[in-house]
Amino acid sequence: LDLIVGSVVAAPGPPTPAKRKPTKKTKKAVVFFEVEILDAKTKDKLCFLDKVGKVLPSFSLHWYPARQSIRLDPKGKSLKDEDVLQHLPVGTTATFYFRDLGAQISWVTVFLTEYAGPLLIYLMFYFRVPFIYAPKYDFTTSKHWVVHLACMCHSFHYVKRLLETLFVHRFSHGTMPLRNIFKNCTYYWGFAAWMAYYINHPLYTPPIYGEQQIRLALTVFLFCQIGNFSIHIALRNLRPPGSKTRKIPYPTKNPFTWIFLLVSCPNYTYELGSWLGFTLMTQCLPVAFFTLVGFIQMTVWAKGKHRSYLKEFRDYPTLRSPILPFIL
Amino acid sequence: MASGEEDGTVEEKETNNKKRTKGTIATAWLTFYNIAMTAGWLVLAVAMVRYYLQKGTHKGLYRNIAKTLKFFQTFALLEVGHCAIGIVRTSVIVTGVQVCSRIFMVWFVTNSIRQIQNEESVILFVVVWTITEITRYSFYTFNLLNHLPYFIKWARYNMFIVMYPLGVIGELLTIHASLPYVRRSGMYSLRLPNKYNVSFDYYYFLIIVMLSYIPLFPQLYFHMLRQRRRVLHGEIVVEKDE
Repeated sequence: LDLIVGSVVAAPGPPTPAKRKPTKKTKKAVVFFEVEILDAKTKDKLCFLDKVGKVLPSFSLHWYPARQSIRLDPKGKSLKDEDVLQHLPVGTTATFYFRDLGAQISWVTVFLTEYAGPLLIYLMFYFRVPFIYAPKYDFTTSKHWVVHLACMCHSFHYVKRLLETLFVHRFSHGTMPLRNIFKNCTYYWGFAAWMAYYINHPLYTPPIYGEQQIRLALTVFLFCQIGNFSIHIALRNLRPPGSKTRKIPYPTKNPFTWIFLLVSCPNYTYELGSWLGFTLMTQCLPVAFFTLVGFIQMTVWAKGKHRSYLKEFRDYPTLRSPILPFIL
Repeated sequence: MASGEEDGTVEEKETNNKKRTKGTIATAWLTFYNIAMTAGWLVLAVAMVRYYLQKGTHKGLYRNIAKTLKFFQTFALLEVGHCAIGIVRTSVIVTGVQVCSRIFMVWFVTNSIRQIQNEESVILFVVVWTITEITRYSFYTFNLLNHLPYFIKWARYNMFIVMYPLGVIGELLTIHASLPYVRRSGMYSLRLPNKYNVSFDYYYFLIIVMLSYIPLFPQLYFHMLRQRRRVLHGEIVVEKDE
């Protein structure tokens, strides 16, 4: 309901609450709505418009559309941009409640910032930029080949994420609250620095089981990176460009997507796998800790997504678990 | 602590009875718990006064009461459980943070760093804690028994104004005093290289803990002030937080 700056779709035609009359009539009756917008908290009348036909004049430029939440009930859910005034359960006098969502920032911006950080920060530690380690180590390189491998994997992971943000993902919401960027960046950048410090440390201890361990870890990591990417592509293909439709994801010809049979959010499953691989590769406790925290957060998200799938689709496959097959 | 009991909507007699029994058990347990804790901290108070009157000095006082303090302060972990199972309507996180900070002070600072046990700051925070806890637990006890004398309510919502800052001063001074000993002994610290590729320096950790008082203390303090304004100005409030 892009009410404020933009046009309200008050479709012409006689109001038909239940049935839709075939639109072959030559006579075009224009229906006018009266719209009042109240503040959700104080119930103050913010704006009243009579005779809303097709276009609503803007009433406030301070609250740009992204931070407006317009709803039919003060405590209810927000209406969507695509909602049509005529199809909402209102009479010809519509009362909407407005809530300010606070300063907003686009998802793309947040993702790019939070992923660029770890990429660059890790490299700073890898190249042993001055003031991190003792001066005699400045600009030296590690003698362990696993450290070089780890740098490549870590960098690859975040480059992949950046490219996916730019070219693959199709976001449901345009924006999120501004304070999220500080929270998210602190998390990603902080952990990246903490991990990178130890992996690239002159006193780093390589994995106990040596080449075997590293090779297994690398296999797991690459497998899960490809898997994660496959899922992102599959999810993207569910949704035509510019749309915000939601469909049940199903396995495709790509074997990496067959995990959809058992899991609702396999992108998180593969992500967990990637980080487990990286933990095994580096044998570094901070990495294990990062993996654990990420896993907890992704489980919360997966459970939420799984629940909303179940709510939205009556025929949702019952074999699927949120994130771990049969377990979680 | 205020019982979380509420009258269920009348659906079936069975579920209603079950709820009532659960509520009664919860109230009984909480009453017992709060009486026991009040008694425990009273014992502590008496022990401290007796020691000081007998010996005329605070040196060695901590060692004398250490066992009792550790016992009753650790027992307070149950309060997190009370919130978790819902018989007390307070946030688990808030209670968890408060109890953990106490446990930390008792076990990881005062108990493990013997050289600071005779510091005055230790006596300061132990005294403050004792007064605060006796007031708090007796408040909850009387609340549960529905016979709250005004002076207990008054004490709970006014003494913190002085006690909180004094307690913080005592705790900060104690941690500060322990720093040189921590540094010298390297206790609770892990150095590189090791097979976990991680390091931990307790000295810097303690410094970070001290710095964290700066954002945390005002929040707790102003929260209590807001609580006080609501309670003492006659508004109905469900005892939500300490």
